[in-house]
Amino acid sequence: MSEVPEDLRYSRTHEWARADEDGLITVGITDHAQEQLGDLVFVELPEIGRHCEADEACMVVESVKAASDVYSPVAGEVVEINETLADSPELINKDPYGEGWMIRIRPDDPHALEGLMDAEAYRALVEEA
Amino acid sequence: MPFVPHTEDDVRRMLAAIGVPDIESLFDEIPADIRLRRPLALPEALSEAEVTRLMMDRAERDGRPVCFAGAGAYDHHVPAAVWELATRGEFYTAYTPYQAEASQGTLQLLYEFQSMITGLMGMEVANASLYDGASALAEAVLMAVRAGRKARSRRILLPRTVHPAYRRTVETIVSAQGIELVPVDYDPARGVVDPDTLPESPGPLAAVVVQQPNHFGCLEEVDALTDWAHRHGALLVGVANPVAAAILAPPGEWGAGGADIAVGEGQPLGIPLSSGGPYFGFMCARKALVRQMPGRIVGRTVDADGREGFTLTLQAREQHIRRSKATSNICTNQGLMVTAATIHMALLGPGGLERVAHACHANARRLREALTAVDGVAPVFPDAPFFHEFPLRLPVPARELLRALGAQNILGGVPLAPDYPELGETLLVCATEARTQDDIEAYGRHLARIVARQGRFNCPVSPKIGR
Repeated sequence: MSEVPEDLRYSRTHEWARADEDGLITVGITDHAQEQLGDLVFVELPEIGRHCEADEACMVVESVKAASDVYSPVAGEVVEINETLADSPELINKDPYGEGWMIRIRPDDPHALEGLMDAEAYRALVEEA
Repeated sequence: MPFVPHTEDDVRRMLAAIGVPDIESLFDEIPADIRLRRPLALPEALSEAEVTRLMMDRAERDGRPVCFAGAGAYDHHVPAAVWELATRGEFYTAYTPYQAEASQGTLQLLYEFQSMITGLMGMEVANASLYDGASALAEAVLMAVRAGRKARSRRILLPRTVHPAYRRTVETIVSAQGIELVPVDYDPARGVVDPDTLPESPGPLAAVVVQQPNHFGCLEEVDALTDWAHRHGALLVGVANPVAAAILAPPGEWGAGGADIAVGEGQPLGIPLSSGGPYFGFMCARKALVRQMPGRIVGRTVDADGREGFTLTLQAREQHIRRSKATSNICTNQGLMVTAATIHMALLGPGGLERVAHACHANARRLREALTAVDGVAPVFPDAPFFHEFPLRLPVPARELLRALGAQNILGGVPLAPDYPELGETLLVCATEARTQDDIEAYGRHLARIVARQGRFNCPVSPKIGR
């Protein structure tokens, strides 16, 4: 069973989102998603300053098996990207909720996370699959 | 390898496994009203003997004229060994070698091709080929738009000195994707894009396309154009003749930063003209753009036991995995043409290719001297440096001249007026290393005779200034 931390919010497309103290939202893909994808070899992140809509495909993760879109779970402006992933995409496999974070977003709506699943709901989704 | 189709039993078992009643229901997704409900209108199959007869008849109709036509397809000498080897059973397929364990020879050859064309173009990476030069340019434009996400522009500067058929192909392929192609006019005195006339603030641009030599055979100011593109945040897409690249600065060395993508027609590298095809396109890029590159890329790797092996790489970006978001819809490379080109380049070597290029240029200079000696015939761009072709202004209609030369078994060139009406009666002529001094003299002699005859019966010929 993959790890599903209690303090995060989740999308149906297997992204996680965390509300940080500075009002930004950190986004990555879940432990379940990285397990399904296998060893990642490349990560494509949006440029800083880009505005992403909720559920817009604005990142790509590429494993030896497939290149997959990663969707922004909330609408907002990209203010930070995890530059270390350019040289070390495997961080997503090793530590999807920590060093493998992907982008930080300034959300249009400060309550945007409320529309996402909590850990319990996401766990149910993964078990169902 | 024999082709073994599925048996009816295979088909039944596969359908049962995925829970579908019949093959037809796999196509339910396609709206019924756009489906073709009748067989394709194809003629009856012919026997081998009938096909041989048909093709020989058609080939005979082409004849074997002495060719002074270029404009994108060039009559070079192809050493006999090239096709003797390329048509061996081991190579004789154009199909993609998906099954790496059964295709190491083909994969290694494609890898060598990529290495050679990368070296020739002065670039970092290459794919295993595309359909032809024109579609390679269209793919390069799409790639530039994908790669230039920072600029987020869908505008491309596409000068009128780029081959007209290439421009039409690009228009066809990219216009439905909201990509704007902005034409750039040429300097009427020099036949090239004048970098000084490009705007100071062109607005956001994804890429600038530069063909070297350009469609008129003239040499563009590639350094200034490349620097201009980079200064305005655009990628530079170079369209290069691979033979000319042996003696000109390769795209990778243009300007301070070099071209970002280099494409071109591979036909001059060992592929016969054969009535227009099949040819192949090549594409190179800087390494940072490799993940946006369309088509097949062969990589060298090691297997589980540490032995060297070759494999198709970056497949995760291709259509069978990435569907509508794939980097291109190119599925099959021009494997057999590339096989011939690789053997051709290996036979010639860098030094040999350079000698071919020098011989082309020397012949083209002789040809220009011989033809412009005829009264009323003059170069359209007298001071423009050229490689192996150049346009001539004629005192007679180009079509009539070509007909008269054709009767003497001479393919005299390609009229420019259909695409450049402002140039009037002009002919783009070319001489490769395959043209002899006799060929050139014969062309000059017949041209003089035809012009004199036409001039006597038709319009008066204006005297040559300064003669």
